Amino acid sequence: MLVTSPGHSTKAHQRAIFDRQCAELRQRRRLHTAFGLLLFVALCIGSAVIGKFSPIALIEGAPKLGEYVQRTLPALHWSSLGADLAYWFYGLRKWLDLLLETVLMAYLATLLGSLGALLVCFYGSRNLALNGWSYHLARRASEFFRTIPDLVFALIFVFAFGLGPLAGILAIALHSLGANGKLFAEANENIDMKPVEGLRALGSGWVQTMRFGVMPQVMPNYASYVLWRFEINVRTAAVMGFVGAGGIGMELITAVRSLYYEDISAILILIVVTVGLIDIGCERLRHALIGRETLE
Amino acid sequence: MITPAVDMGAARIAQMRRRMPRAFVQPFGERMVRWTLWAGFLLLTGYCLWRFDVSPWRLWNGIGDLGIILRQLFPPSIGDAPDELLLALLETIAMAFLGTVLAAIVAVPIGFLAAKNTFPFSLPRFGVRRLMDCLRGVDQLIWALIFVRAVGLGPLAGIMAIFISDTGTLSKLFSESIENIEKKPVDGVRAMGAGGIQTLRFGVLPQVLPMFLSSSLYLFESNVRSATILGIVGAGGIGFQLSDRIRAHAWEEAAFILILILITVACIDSISKTLRMWIIGPSGASAEPLDAVR
Repeated sequence: MLVTSPGHSTKAHQRAIFDRQCAELRQRRRLHTAFGLLLFVALCIGSAVIGKFSPIALIEGAPKLGEYVQRTLPALHWSSLGADLAYWFYGLRKWLDLLLETVLMAYLATLLGSLGALLVCFYGSRNLALNGWSYHLARRASEFFRTIPDLVFALIFVFAFGLGPLAGILAIALHSLGANGKLFAEANENIDMKPVEGLRALGSGWVQTMRFGVMPQVMPNYASYVLWRFEINVRTAAVMGFVGAGGIGMELITAVRSLYYEDISAILILIVVTVGLIDIGCERLRHALIGRETLE
Repeated sequence: MITPAVDMGAARIAQMRRRMPRAFVQPFGERMVRWTLWAGFLLLTGYCLWRFDVSPWRLWNGIGDLGIILRQLFPPSIGDAPDELLLALLETIAMAFLGTVLAAIVAVPIGFLAAKNTFPFSLPRFGVRRLMDCLRGVDQLIWALIFVRAVGLGPLAGIMAIFISDTGTLSKLFSESIENIEKKPVDGVRAMGAGGIQTLRFGVLPQVLPMFLSSSLYLFESNVRSATILGIVGAGGIGFQLSDRIRAHAWEEAAFILILILITVACIDSISKTLRMWIIGPSGASAEPLDAVR
């Protein structure tokens, strides 16, 4: 705007324009907020109708839940604490063995899935892909394996490979392949391309370029994603037993279905402690590998 | 063939080796650590393969059986109750939505309690954090199994399972966003004479609200994925139909349900991505919190 003489009247005029625009903007924002809130409330009501949910149901469910939790807790007396604990954790030896199986399942599945992801991820990153066709194939494949829940894979694999840990391991491995394939590929897309160009100019082949041009840049990211996936996979492996695919889950679902109340709390405590220990260990390793700053 | 640009005679190489020995060969100790790690890794993997009885012929047979199942997946068939499937799918999304909304509402105050800069008492903060870790440490499906026993079959158990486990995850994400805020706006608001609540409202909340919304949307996406299997233990949603078809070997119908799930998840993902873009801009929208990648 061109102001020739900054007199008092023009200032007042500008002020008026400013106020008007301010009011308009404010009104528009209010309208947006109101519209968003309205949509949100409508979605909530719609979901509540479809999900047969009401706050009353939640309030009615809460005491039942409290009662259930109370029943799972054993009677512990201070005078006979040792004996009570031994009675509560009577199956400790078996459960610890199953927990070890669960963790090993997660380990093997993470290893297999990450190796698979390593094969896929270079094709699935935009800057390294050989051609559009292979890029889309790699990306869609990882998306597919990531979207199908691992438990569904397990349900199918139990038929093909029989009941037991192998079905669970392969199911988790496929899911990890999808998830890590995506994360690895995204890490590859953020690299500095100069080393890659340099290696290409020296006449190195595709494998050599990826090994010496790309991987040194992304190894820390890969390592942290793999550790992260391992943490998640331990949690998942703990439920694979629900469909007969190995691990502690079988024991848990039997306890829940047969109403062995005290077993439920004992097994859950063991699972939480195991998961917690593994989380802490992995976090330490991650920090040691890539330093505090880059992670946060 | 790669030819060096500078002539490297044997004498010069020997001189270089004396000047920087580490460039030529790793010290013995480091090499030993490396080899021990590799040996441990191989031993552990070998033990796993032995323990789980993974043998090539077992894999081969399994893949053969898998091939038979895969052939039976085609052509996918709608089955005799398409409206039931559609309703179950809507129920899945509704469960994920309500569970996430409830969790987000509860996680906001807990997030403030678990953040160092808004809640200075370290002992209760430690307690809150460990409690949230426990909620996160138990898989959603285990919660669902317990809630089905406690409140009965149906979507309510699923909603509560998502609600409980996500309260843990969202509290962690929220408290991290609160800890990462700029200090200057807070100081500014406080310098104007604002009280505690006003500082939170005008100094902290404008900074963290977009982050909260974006994390919640991420978790909603992730929950739609995980809610598809809660039905396996009877907690509502499409998972019940899916596991039912798989257990009855109705592979064509199972394939149809899987396709439905894939399409739904893709739709929800793209809607949520657009919304996130709108809320926090393209730079933040691509940085996915790892907690949401399941």
